[in-house]
Amino acid sequence: MAEPVRGKDEEHEHQHELGFWRKYVFSTDHKVIGVQYTITGLCFLFLGFSLMMLMRWQLAYPDQPIPLIGKLLGQARAPGGIMTGDFYNELGAMHGTIMVFLGVVPLAVGGFGNFVLPLQIGAPDMAFPRLNMASYWFLFLGGMTMLASFFAPGGAAASGWTSYAPLSDIAMNGQTWWLVGMVFLITSSLLGAINFITTTLQLRAKGLSYMRLPFFVWSQLVTAFLLLLAFPPLETAAVLQLMDRLAGTSFFLPSGLVVGGEVLQVSGGGSPLLWQHLFWFLAHPEVYVLILPALGIVAEIIANTTRKPLWGYRAMVYSLIFLGFMSFIVWAHHMFITGMGTVMSSFFQTTTMIISIPSVVILTALILSLWGGSIRFNAPMLFALAFLPMFGIGGLTGLPLGLAAADIPLHDTYYVIGHFHYVVAPGTLFALMAGVYYWYPKVTGRMMSERLARIHFWPSLLFMNCIFFPMLIQGLNGVSRRLADGGVTYDFAGDVIGLNKMMSFSAWGLAVAQIPFVVNFFWSLRNGEKASANPWQATTIEWQAPSPPPHGNFAAPQVAYRGPYEYSVPGHEVDYLPQSQPPAAATT
Amino acid sequence: MEIPYTVERNPETGLSNGKIGIWLFLTSEVMLFGALFATYIMLRVGGADWQHDQMEAGLNIPLATVNTIVLITSSVTMVMAWASLVRRQLDRYRLFMLATVAFGFVFLIIKYFEYTAKFSHGHFPETSTFLAIYFTMTGLHGLHVIGGMAVNFYLAVPGAKLWQRNPQWLTDRVEHSGLFWHFVDLVWIFLFPVFYLL
Amino acid sequence: MSEHHAIDVDKHVRSYMIVFASLMVLTIVTVAVSYLDVSVAAAIALGLVIATVKASLVAAVFMHLIDEKKVIYWMLVCTLAAFFVLLLVPYWTSVTDQVGG
Repeated sequence: MAEPVRGKDEEHEHQHELGFWRKYVFSTDHKVIGVQYTITGLCFLFLGFSLMMLMRWQLAYPDQPIPLIGKLLGQARAPGGIMTGDFYNELGAMHGTIMVFLGVVPLAVGGFGNFVLPLQIGAPDMAFPRLNMASYWFLFLGGMTMLASFFAPGGAAASGWTSYAPLSDIAMNGQTWWLVGMVFLITSSLLGAINFITTTLQLRAKGLSYMRLPFFVWSQLVTAFLLLLAFPPLETAAVLQLMDRLAGTSFFLPSGLVVGGEVLQVSGGGSPLLWQHLFWFLAHPEVYVLILPALGIVAEIIANTTRKPLWGYRAMVYSLIFLGFMSFIVWAHHMFITGMGTVMSSFFQTTTMIISIPSVVILTALILSLWGGSIRFNAPMLFALAFLPMFGIGGLTGLPLGLAAADIPLHDTYYVIGHFHYVVAPGTLFALMAGVYYWYPKVTGRMMSERLARIHFWPSLLFMNCIFFPMLIQGLNGVSRRLADGGVTYDFAGDVIGLNKMMSFSAWGLAVAQIPFVVNFFWSLRNGEKASANPWQATTIEWQAPSPPPHGNFAAPQVAYRGPYEYSVPGHEVDYLPQSQPPAAATT
Repeated sequence: MEIPYTVERNPETGLSNGKIGIWLFLTSEVMLFGALFATYIMLRVGGADWQHDQMEAGLNIPLATVNTIVLITSSVTMVMAWASLVRRQLDRYRLFMLATVAFGFVFLIIKYFEYTAKFSHGHFPETSTFLAIYFTMTGLHGLHVIGGMAVNFYLAVPGAKLWQRNPQWLTDRVEHSGLFWHFVDLVWIFLFPVFYLL
Repeated sequence: MSEHHAIDVDKHVRSYMIVFASLMVLTIVTVAVSYLDVSVAAAIALGLVIATVKASLVAAVFMHLIDEKKVIYWMLVCTLAAFFVLLLVPYWTSVTDQVGG
């Protein structure tokens, strides 16, 4: 018999006695931490989007003074209100960094994962509550470091979110800040991953076997493994680049590098490609970190709003696991044009083609899950439905990039930007918005306005496509990415450059379309219709807790009696059977 | 509210949360040092004149051999500390833990002499890629030694109070800290031949 | 209640001492072997094999891996797979047939 664990956990018993700071700021409760991550993530998404809106001005009206805010940007970045090339690069690098590491991951994993996972498995909290709090504060530190970097001499990092050597090695101060910020962010994710995996392995409710887990939990579990094993090499790489920048080493500096007309006085002998390997070893699994939680969210919503179990649950789970493993051996498809021989190119091409299979299985299963459903077209479902074809386009456009020969003309063009934005923007971001609409009642105890949600949804869907589809066309016509003038000077780009104006207006339109979402988010906190514990009549265990759940989550320990998606069970009066609802006593 | 299986073993996995947690942490450390070993390989087969740079650097093999023996011995004292707790011998536990910390300290002193000798001969990380990866890997390893020493010291002295409240939990924590310490020893077992002998 | 009875631990302690002695011997062997006049490839192989043996002893005995639970084994298998991919694949991309010679 275990002796009761006392001491540090006495604080949980006296939760009501905790002051404001321990309850809302330095909390160890996974729900509070989840909300902190969500707010932080949403703020950074907004910031990252704003950086892009500035860039889109330059692309639509190259070398024209930026209206309104041009003068506020200072002489160094925008003399006469006109964006410099360096500033464009700064915006580009930080847009990518912020969106991926400070926006999507904190929201998808830190926010949704933290809040929902323990509830869905019937646990009172995460396995390591204080480690959880530490994870959030490392993220916060990393975010502040990245923000502070804008004030470094020379501005923030400007060598792409990919920070390729040797440029990043010799870049201005801001790059050092970026590296330090990344170390904090990576630490945050590693600690979080340890927590998520331990929690899922150890704290599942009685009767909640692995094959009875909601698909969302599976997606978070696999995501955690990706973070755990793939992030450390990037942390190593960051340390090595810091050594290059601060201690004068040549990890990534080849011999005889000429900078500004002079040979760099370093030992040389380093390898720029080494940086690429270490970076992409993480960054490829990272893109699955970006999509897996989204697939999990969409799966939950589809099961619920179609009033049917997911089609092919088992296949989906095995696909997730297979995808997780494969994601570690595809990374050099980002490096096809670095001079690899045909043996290794073929290897990576093959693994990349293979990895598309589980993604297709999961997407197909989600689409087939709609068949015969009694669909509720509520706010979560609108976004979840839109996700499906958008992710489809994103995935399909990835195929030519994964084939070494086809990648040659497409690499580093707008085609790539179009491809990955389709997956992350109308893909993951739509899924995350669906998740906000879906779980908002659980978190706040209020429903969001359906009307405002529709005003948010339709323009967003339209504008997303107007921004990113033309990028595929531009890329196929050879327009390179990261061009500060958008490619106007290239004759071959010809007509497709004209699309830039329409794309920029769509981006600004997309920003306006988010206003109903922001208004809805805050307005509903006080004025939304009060939500019951289970407003969506859902089966998964989080809906058995009150809205919002108290500290400790459940009044009584939960037991799982059945699978996670027992909707429309024949012979049952109600069209859903909650996972932890005890079976009725036998009548015979 | 208490978190289940903090000390008690989960009937399905047979493990406590902390045991899983520390092993997960170690897997991330394997990847961290793995990336450094991969860096070593890439640099060695790359453009630099490795044999020349290694000879120039003149690493001190006898000193490093002593350090290897020091670290291995500290691993024994570490695991004996845990065994003492299982045998409920608190005094021997404290002795073994402090011995482990002391051996760590000896390791660091020897490293200090190695590093300063290098610097005084004008051998810095920037001098060659061999020295760059040497200093970085042994440096990072050294930081891990310091971290382990800090945790071990905490468990030996202030943290040992936990023995009164929950002896099994202290025993587990010492075991988990030991796992980290053994890992640090493991890394050195590879670092030593790779840099000094090969 | 302790997981390991005091009596079981005696067996463990014996094995710790045996491993300690083995590790000392293997350390001397590692150094001695490095002075042999063999090819670079052979020297590397020999050094790494001995190191692997030492590491395995530490892992199996000191880290109790020899009687650990399945969950831990699975984690380590996945990790080692990723580790070897990271160690070998970048190397292979730089030494196999290069485009352009």
